[in-house]
Amino acid sequence: MKRSTVGSWISVAIGAIYFLLPLIATFEFSLRLKRGVYSFEAYRIVLADPSFQASFLYSVTLALATIVVGVVIVVPTAYWVRLRLPRLRPVVEFVTLLPLVVPAIVIVFGHLRMYNSQSFLPLTDTSFGTDLLLTFGYVTLALPYMYRSVDTALGAIDVRTLTEAAESLGAGRIATLARVIFPNIRTGILSGAFLTFAIVIGEFTFAALLNRPAFGPYLQLVGANRAYEPAALAIIAFVVTWASLGLIQVFGAARREARK
Amino acid sequence: MSFIDIRGLKKTFGATTVVHDFDLAIERGEFVSFLGPSGCGKTTILRMIAGFETASAGTIAIDGADVTRLPPAKRNVGMVFQAYALFPNLTVGENIAFGLRIAKRGAAEIADRVAEMLRLIKLPDLANRYPWQLSGGQQQRVALARALAVRPQVLLLDEPLSALDAKIRVSLREEIRSLQKQLGITTIFVTHDQEEALSMSDRIVVMNEGRAEQIGTPFDVYTWPRTRFVASFVGTLNLLEARVVEPAGGQLAIDGREVRAARGLDERAPGSTVTVALRPEAVTLDGSGAANGVDGVVEAVGFLGAVVRIRVRLDTQAITLDAFNQTTVRPPVPGTRVRLAFGADDLLVLDDAG
Repeated sequence: MKRSTVGSWISVAIGAIYFLLPLIATFEFSLRLKRGVYSFEAYRIVLADPSFQASFLYSVTLALATIVVGVVIVVPTAYWVRLRLPRLRPVVEFVTLLPLVVPAIVIVFGHLRMYNSQSFLPLTDTSFGTDLLLTFGYVTLALPYMYRSVDTALGAIDVRTLTEAAESLGAGRIATLARVIFPNIRTGILSGAFLTFAIVIGEFTFAALLNRPAFGPYLQLVGANRAYEPAALAIIAFVVTWASLGLIQVFGAARREARK
Repeated sequence: MSFIDIRGLKKTFGATTVVHDFDLAIERGEFVSFLGPSGCGKTTILRMIAGFETASAGTIAIDGADVTRLPPAKRNVGMVFQAYALFPNLTVGENIAFGLRIAKRGAAEIADRVAEMLRLIKLPDLANRYPWQLSGGQQQRVALARALAVRPQVLLLDEPLSALDAKIRVSLREEIRSLQKQLGITTIFVTHDQEEALSMSDRIVVMNEGRAEQIGTPFDVYTWPRTRFVASFVGTLNLLEARVVEPAGGQLAIDGREVRAARGLDERAPGSTVTVALRPEAVTLDGSGAANGVDGVVEAVGFLGAVVRIRVRLDTQAITLDAFNQTTVRPPVPGTRVRLAFGADDLLVLDDAG
């Protein structure tokens, strides 16, 4: 074996240990609720906990709402920029990357200042209003991922010619978007959707500071008061995220296969 | 009034004008080609007719109705693109049905029309295939069927054959032409390939730098090019500088050799220089009895199979001629002195100096 190959195997091994060891340790710990034997007791307790179910359901609902709002905002924007304003693309890309640079805590303080009960739009007065605010906040958080996924998918099709073909066949803007553009960038939209889902499910800062019963604050609450259950929750959260990423792969692969 | 009436059409992008005062009248059922090099404005005019570009000035009328400001979806104009532009998520049948679905036709009517179009393009069994399962030629036929399915008033073809193999290109152009005749649909075809334009069109518009240089039947444009550009772009022509000797009698001198042109010299002054064009196939090596004869030396001989291409040097200029390969006669060898013969009608005096 060549020296260079040995070197790369060592770095792969270090990387694997760095990522996998804590995970394995957490998993192992989560099984040790009962003294002396491995059991899924911690998982049973967590899954049976009504607050777990409520907070998880709340976050899933919010994630779906975030995906819908995000797609409705991002797809037409990215499409229009590609079709008519290609020179604006770097600017739009920069704007969509801002949520990665501005910390969530800054965004949420901005929200609280703008939409508190004394403001012109007192969204935080009602829980529904706060849920709306939270959803829009999540849309912002997920914007870089959603925009990238959609824009990359748009780059893979000939947006302009397909649009012109649809128009010459009598289709208006909305029909073109719904019947031609949307179906052909479905994989990109799905990738963005699963990434959004994964982000929203684990989000803490927004939900905690807006005081909503989301999964993130629940994780923190359990983590502060219990020993084994938080480990089980961490593993569950990981599985959800991985399932999302796995689904991206599955849809991506199906698409590539279809193209062959 | 003509079916398509284009008047004073102009298009500018910023400071550059890509189409200058373009006028054209097309009759119902006519097949007109826009022929020219890339950047000559031919595609821009087509896109203005389709509605994808807005005219900076001028009007476009189809069947008496001014469509200059109408959006593409309201013009009832079918378009076929160079890149096929089939919808990748739809099957062949669904692609053809697209325009009919948008127009909210009944399911039975759509099914009938799709089947009819598939028969028309001779792909009756491919309704359930996806575009990526088809060859380029098949995809372009489907694109044609999709454009025709909605019964457009006008069919626009934007270099539809350019992306295809040479063989398919020839068979598909014959197919397009026979379909067009069968349906009697008014068609505009954009191409940079002179052979396509010559073989398919009722009329050709030769374009250069945003202007129509010549409009005429393929025979007229090929036989009597009006400008140097048309002469050089349509077919291969000998372009020669000649000095006017005696305008009334059509007398000219090419490299000091006196020749006669049948027409085109009336308004030229004696002693001025004109450009003349001579088709390679109009020149022979042994033309006793022809109006013109010039001496020269064989400079190069190219053997192309059925045709032998011979370049003969006069003094500063050379004339290329095409002769059929005769099995009994060997082609001349370079260095041989020959006498070239051509008719007075074959020597074309061109309009411009450039």
